[in-house]
Amino acid sequence: MSKTEVAKGSEHWDLVLRPQTSLFQLNLGAVWAYRDLLWLLVRRDFVSFYKQTILGPLWFFIQPLFTTVIYTFVFGGLAKISTGAVPGPLFYMAGITAWNYFADCITKTSTVFKDNANIFGKVYFPRLIMPLSLVLSNLVRFAVQMILFLLTMAWYYWGKGEHGFHFTAYIVLFPLVVLLMALQGLGLGMIVTALTTRYRDLALLVVFGVQLMMYSTTVVFPLSTVIEKFPKISWLVTYNPLTAVIETFRLGFLGSGTFTWGLLAYSIGATFLILFIGILTFNKVEKSFVDTV
Amino acid sequence: MSVAIKVEDLSKAYQLGEIGTGTVSRDIERWLARVRGKEDPFLKVGEVNDRTVKGTSNIVWSLKDISFEIEQGDAVGIIGRNGAGKSTLLKILSRVTTPTQGVVKARGRIASLLEVGTGFHPELTGRENIYLNGAILGMRKKEITVKLDQIVDFSGVERYIDTPVKRYSSGMYVRLAFAVAAHLDSEILIVDEVLAVGDADFQAKCLGKMQDVSKGEGRTVLFVSHNTGSMVDLCKTGILLENGQMIMKDSIESTVSKYISRTSSEGSYKGAPKAEKPFIDEVRLLSDEEAGRNVFTTKERVNVDIRIDNLVNQPRNLTASIVVNDQFQKPIFASHLNLDDTKKERLGLKAVIPGDLLLPGIYYIKVILHIPFVEFIDNDADLIKFEVEDEDKTEHSIYKVSNVGVINSKTQWHVQ
Repeated sequence: MSKTEVAKGSEHWDLVLRPQTSLFQLNLGAVWAYRDLLWLLVRRDFVSFYKQTILGPLWFFIQPLFTTVIYTFVFGGLAKISTGAVPGPLFYMAGITAWNYFADCITKTSTVFKDNANIFGKVYFPRLIMPLSLVLSNLVRFAVQMILFLLTMAWYYWGKGEHGFHFTAYIVLFPLVVLLMALQGLGLGMIVTALTTRYRDLALLVVFGVQLMMYSTTVVFPLSTVIEKFPKISWLVTYNPLTAVIETFRLGFLGSGTFTWGLLAYSIGATFLILFIGILTFNKVEKSFVDTV
Repeated sequence: MSVAIKVEDLSKAYQLGEIGTGTVSRDIERWLARVRGKEDPFLKVGEVNDRTVKGTSNIVWSLKDISFEIEQGDAVGIIGRNGAGKSTLLKILSRVTTPTQGVVKARGRIASLLEVGTGFHPELTGRENIYLNGAILGMRKKEITVKLDQIVDFSGVERYIDTPVKRYSSGMYVRLAFAVAAHLDSEILIVDEVLAVGDADFQAKCLGKMQDVSKGEGRTVLFVSHNTGSMVDLCKTGILLENGQMIMKDSIESTVSKYISRTSSEGSYKGAPKAEKPFIDEVRLLSDEEAGRNVFTTKERVNVDIRIDNLVNQPRNLTASIVVNDQFQKPIFASHLNLDDTKKERLGLKAVIPGDLLLPGIYYIKVILHIPFVEFIDNDADLIKFEVEDEDKTEHSIYKVSNVGVINSKTQWHVQ
């Protein structure tokens, strides 16, 4: 090899590690290169969840069923919040199914750094893989709960002969609805997990924060009722980015919900803002968290 | 030969003590400094990382201005005492953490083995874990499928491959984990003391595999180990780190001997107190007349005088061991004493190495405080060098140590 060739060759490096890399460097290429790991992690989560349980995947059913019964009793029976023509249990179950997916995404993602401190401290792979795998494995659970929801709908329609609900054309927005829930959960979770590596207090906040947040979305009441009864504070609910998502979901499957394209566009914008901040903070922390955890 | 890894002025600062209280205000202060384009106020006060000296600031440089190049196909041993910065260097090279200053450039994929079996899940079967662990280490699913038979074969756990790994013995677990790692296909491999796993058979197998990797396959390998003996066999080049600074980069033999001469003390060792743990306070070599000495004749006994302090909360099974190494730091023999029956806060021990045992030569002795197979309580004692001289010009003097070994065998000869 001649000297010029050596000089030329020495300019190319496959990997350069520097102290401060750009915050906006996403490294999606690296994530793609590790896509097999993503699927294996999703599989691991699923398999390890139901191994050594007697009921196995049935557990995915039990939680939404019981919650629906309780909500029907408390909010429908005691508080007498009207759910319109839609039977109460169906109304609540729609909210719970959607909300559960979002809440699972955020709570699981929010402990990524803490739960994987050991692996992260020993081997490199794009850290984004971990939260992504959680969002995807929660999707499996969400799918199972959707089946339960559809079965309940069928039972009400044919079994009990209630016809106060129907599919609408908005159902085509379902994939978008799922994506928005996933990305919002992912984004918020990443912000929390990034901050908890330094400020542990946030981890405690998440647990009841998620619970509180549920009441500022339309899981247990329709948006129209809030606007009608509490016009002054209804903005709290209306401008929660998840409200539009749940309302759209309900409108598509049950034919009841307050929907405007503007609100949906607002929700999409907010989702991407949250995701952007999430990835930014996550990116910043993933490079140094091993030293602070 | 082209350069595989180039490290330029690499430094890494760590914050000591509590992280938590005061972090918000400190973060704001650092952020303000950065916004105004000033140097980080908390990095300026950093100092050399010497854990035995109490520093004035709580920022230490675990690595400071390290620069070196590693040729493609080289096998490099990184040597240094605990806290010299070896692990930090490996962590930066394997991208687990980022440098505070400086740049690392590399050609080819880097795979690092800072631990075997990272990401193993107890509920999954051996086969499933091979895939998962392989993927974590950066292999594609296809690659693993191609190598699956080799991996299973190497691990020697074929019968259990479809059993969850929680039913494995710890030996089987480690074998499987190492087998996956040994079949990584990266151009650069970083290995941290993982060789100290499994039984003797498997250790030899691992060592052999490592040798294949570095010598036969022409890949670049970086090792970190305390075992300077195996290092000499495996590596060509050595890098010596001390208190976060690079002392030298040379052939492995001269690096190891430099390391030994820097870490061994001529006469005795004086330890530094460890909080809430027993520690080796002092080690001296004495003649029978209780005089401190480093040169003994072949007939003389070597008395190792050991003082242990701070035995207040003595852990169960605490054991004091002495290890005697030859001049290349290969262990010759060891001896152990269980300390469960002692009930004192300070303890004096005396280990007597009989005369007529070692042939003339240079030896090193190390004292270790540990709970066997569980953890090292104090592994920081320096090697103490001593010399055995021939007293009465026996037949041994004419042979070289490398040919005849170190033991005075006292074999009986009979002419028939």
